[in-house]
Amino acid sequence: MKSYTITLNINGESRIITVRSADTLLYILRELLGLTGAKPGCLNGDCGACTVHIDGWPMKSCLMLAVEAVGKKVTTIEGLVETPIQQAFVENFAFQCGYCTPGFIMNCHSLIEQHPNADDQTIKEWLESNICRCTSYIEIEQAVKSVLRKK
Amino acid sequence: MLPFDFDYYRPETLNDAVELFQYLDQQGKQPMFFSGGTELITLGRINLDYTEAVIDIKEIAECKMMQVSDDQLLLGSTLSLTKIEEANLFPLLTKTASEVADHTARGKITLGGNICAQIFYREAVLPFLLADSQVLLIGPNGKRIVPINDIFQGQLRLERGEILVQIATENRFIRAPFFSVKRRQQWDTGYPLITIAALKIDQQVRVGISGLCPFPFRSKEVEDALNNKGLTAEERAAGAIAVLPQPVLDDVEGSSEYRIFVLRNLFYDLLASLDRVQV
Repeated sequence: MKSYTITLNINGESRIITVRSADTLLYILRELLGLTGAKPGCLNGDCGACTVHIDGWPMKSCLMLAVEAVGKKVTTIEGLVETPIQQAFVENFAFQCGYCTPGFIMNCHSLIEQHPNADDQTIKEWLESNICRCTSYIEIEQAVKSVLRKK
Repeated sequence: MLPFDFDYYRPETLNDAVELFQYLDQQGKQPMFFSGGTELITLGRINLDYTEAVIDIKEIAECKMMQVSDDQLLLGSTLSLTKIEEANLFPLLTKTASEVADHTARGKITLGGNICAQIFYREAVLPFLLADSQVLLIGPNGKRIVPINDIFQGQLRLERGEILVQIATENRFIRAPFFSVKRRQQWDTGYPLITIAALKIDQQVRVGISGLCPFPFRSKEVEDALNNKGLTAEERAAGAIAVLPQPVLDDVEGSSEYRIFVLRNLFYDLLASLDRVQV
């Protein structure tokens, strides 16, 4: 087995782990580090449920090898604490079953940080990366816009 | 998670990457250059791709370059499509690339990865075909600069162990009026049917098409038909359709008849936009 011992910066902490080069970031977050906020969905980069941040930008953690994350700053939903978008999801009822919610929140949070003046087109372009099977799209849009307005 | 194991290398220089490939190739490791890596990760998961050695080139300085000069734009092959869109230095490329996959995935997918992929869409190549761009390659026989239209025939004809490093595009093409549309069978997020990219330079329209045939292409015959100014838009589109490369795809995303129907209407829109010829 081709394994490597690597140090990853995850949610501000250095974590030393031994991984297969073929392990995705999603797999090691959930199975080795117990960070189960990033959800496995399609495992094919289509659904966005596994979205995390790499250096502040959204990344589908099923599309990244763990070894590629060396030297990057990884943030998972567990690393977001009392952010405005988390509160906005609660206030706007922006979910039903909640499975897609961590991925949506990670993507929305990055959008708000990178484009605080995002227009409708930018919001749509970014959020097309995530799928919600409960179809809470209107409420998610309202949640994002409520935070952008406050900014 | 992939069902097979491989060695992972991250060389710091182009020469190291090229030498490593040759060494691993001699060892029978079926080495693979890896940039965004989305294709290996998604196809490898279902046993449609395989390697025993991954050479990750995306941190090599020359491959990450983005440089504007007086006469040209230089783009490194391992820039992510998102980085290219955010910089927006080549509006036709921005528009065409922004239709690939989705926004988050484009943070991983790279310019060179899209162009050299197995997936047949490879839309990111279209603007460069239209702009007669030059590609910088490095391989076992050294560096070479080649016009993209000489080396891209359905796919980029790299030699074994060769890397696409950079693409250079003259500014006059970057400033040219353009038209770029991606049509999907369903909604805005369904799988793509046809992407058409066009620009107008020296009073002539240039056209590149992806999703119609099992390869992206630019065709002189198609362009000649569309530029036949003595004819109506319907006649020009019909002339272009008569000289399309073959085969036209016929699959679950769309029958060949449906694709031709969509293409005909895209030609009308293109001619209205760039040549002000209405149907």
